[in-house]
Amino acid sequence: MILACILYNESLKSRNDIRVSPKLMPIIEAVGLTKTYRVFQKKDGLLGAFQGLYRREYKEVKAVEGVSFSIEPGEMVAFLGPNGAGKTTTLKMLSGLINPTSGMAQVLGFVPWQRLDSFRRQFALVMGQKNQLWWDLPASDSFQLHREIYSIPEAEFKKTLAELTELLGVEKLTRQAVRELSLGERMKMELIAALLHQPQLLLLDEPTIGLDVIAQVAIQNCLRDYHTRRGVTMLLTSHYMRDIEALCSRVLVITNGKLMYDGPLRGITERFGNDKLVKLRFADTAPAPDDATLARFGEVTKREGPTVDLKVARGEVAAMLGAILDGYVVDDVSVVDPPLEQVIARVFEEGKAAHEAA
Amino acid sequence: MKPPDTTFRPSRGPIATTRKYLKILRASLVERMTYRADFIFGTLFRFLPILTTILLWRAIYKGASGNDETDTTLSGFTYKQMIAYLLLTNISRMFSSMPGLAGGIARDIREGTIKRYLIQPIDMVGYLLAYRIAHKLAYIVGAAIPYLILFYLCRDYFDYFPDTLTFVAFLVACVMAFVVGFFFEVCVGMVGFWFGEVTSLLYIVMTLNFFISGHMLPLDLLPHPWSDILKALPFQYMAYFPAVVFQGKVQGMALVVGLLAELAWSVFFILLARWLFVRGLKRYSAFGG
Repeated sequence: MILACILYNESLKSRNDIRVSPKLMPIIEAVGLTKTYRVFQKKDGLLGAFQGLYRREYKEVKAVEGVSFSIEPGEMVAFLGPNGAGKTTTLKMLSGLINPTSGMAQVLGFVPWQRLDSFRRQFALVMGQKNQLWWDLPASDSFQLHREIYSIPEAEFKKTLAELTELLGVEKLTRQAVRELSLGERMKMELIAALLHQPQLLLLDEPTIGLDVIAQVAIQNCLRDYHTRRGVTMLLTSHYMRDIEALCSRVLVITNGKLMYDGPLRGITERFGNDKLVKLRFADTAPAPDDATLARFGEVTKREGPTVDLKVARGEVAAMLGAILDGYVVDDVSVVDPPLEQVIARVFEEGKAAHEAA
Repeated sequence: MKPPDTTFRPSRGPIATTRKYLKILRASLVERMTYRADFIFGTLFRFLPILTTILLWRAIYKGASGNDETDTTLSGFTYKQMIAYLLLTNISRMFSSMPGLAGGIARDIREGTIKRYLIQPIDMVGYLLAYRIAHKLAYIVGAAIPYLILFYLCRDYFDYFPDTLTFVAFLVACVMAFVVGFFFEVCVGMVGFWFGEVTSLLYIVMTLNFFISGHMLPLDLLPHPWSDILKALPFQYMAYFPAVVFQGKVQGMALVVGLLAELAWSVFFILLARWLFVRGLKRYSAFGG
């Protein structure tokens, strides 16, 4: 535990090292970001479709509701949330694609939706796969185009490109038409295109969606290496726990447009995981308690011979262990947190239930 | 660990901007050339309709005169001039037609690919313009030889080659036909910000344009008020106007006024396109994305 604290402090320190921005201000600052969409309600059937031609009914949908957070230079932060939680909408506001219904945001010192040229030069957004590359041309031609669009000096361009293609292992693929590349290769090219102008801020929307495990890991490694080398600030959304565990020290959990949690990934368990998982192995020499007896202590989640998994409320673990050890012979015992994915799934469900009740 | 570079690179003035769009132009040219087969067929099959039009107008003129097609004059057009006019409108259209432009803009808006123009330091209309100029250059260069052969074969339909001044006026009219055509279609595409789908609108506009631009027949052939009305509209600059300039039917003061009006329409559509783009983006930022 002490070691963990030290390590955490170290990581904080190294984070502070990166914070050399002259203004000493957060790279992203969002205050009460809210986005309400007006959605056209389509009626069923042909008659409904005709009615829709002259009278339309709209419904207000709150995609993002009062989201506030701030991100310091050099941080790597993940947006975690189920589909339709408002992750992408938030990224769109931060990159200036859409303006909020209310609330404020400062990104790199700019108001993103003013879309100033000097703002656009300093960040990159990777969203989907057909955004930056010319479908019918080799990726290298698109890279050249980027060089011109961002006015990148030739030498710097060559250096960055060589570094990135090496990092992703795609040196041989840049002369091939993009449409002939595989999904994973295309994503790598997208990533290169996004990083060529050395943005200070990289926004990634589902960078590994649809990719196989090998390609996922390659993208993760590239992002991590690049982050270490350049100290670029990254904000990414993902469904994959693995991405987030591999990359991000900090997580923003968002469900139904509301920010539920902001902190380290492990902290989610402490905050939302009210239960502990007690793993017991009873000795063969003495009789083990039957299921009914065990159920008095907690919920039995697994039972294989002498091995039992019990879900117990956090506060009752000690009392429960005492009772068991008093009455039975136990070979082995361990108390662990339930798997993170289960906890997060529960957070999502609770958020949804709260939203529907409101 | 390298600290992040907080000093952003400012854009390096108008020269860098021009260079940027020239590069886009070059990349577009390369892209165009990757579809060689499409390019060659596209060029060749453009000539097929010309043949049928010639036969059609021969029949019309024969019918009008009762015997020899060369006897008749319709609204100031002899048979030969009529064929020459129709050949020339193909040149006008070579400059002013913008296949896929409006539809492409509407698709970008609908499918969200427009965001690339909002994120990168680049202007969408400027980008599309550079791209289109490249396509037109490739097309005009590639079609030059077939067209020269065609005009050589049809040389008897032309009474004379215009003098230098007329020819220069014709070229200027063609270049402005490109500008009017491009920005008109950009405006149509921008409607996609409000309606999402512009296919039907585009179909109506294109069908109508074929007629009111004078691509189908010279505007002079229409009954009196209509020909004047259509000549006051911008569409004539996409086909009719450059053709009659080449034929020397518009001269002196009328030519100067015509060119100035074409310039005014060019500016009008440039401004309208910009206005629609700004308004459309506002709407997009508020509702879509």
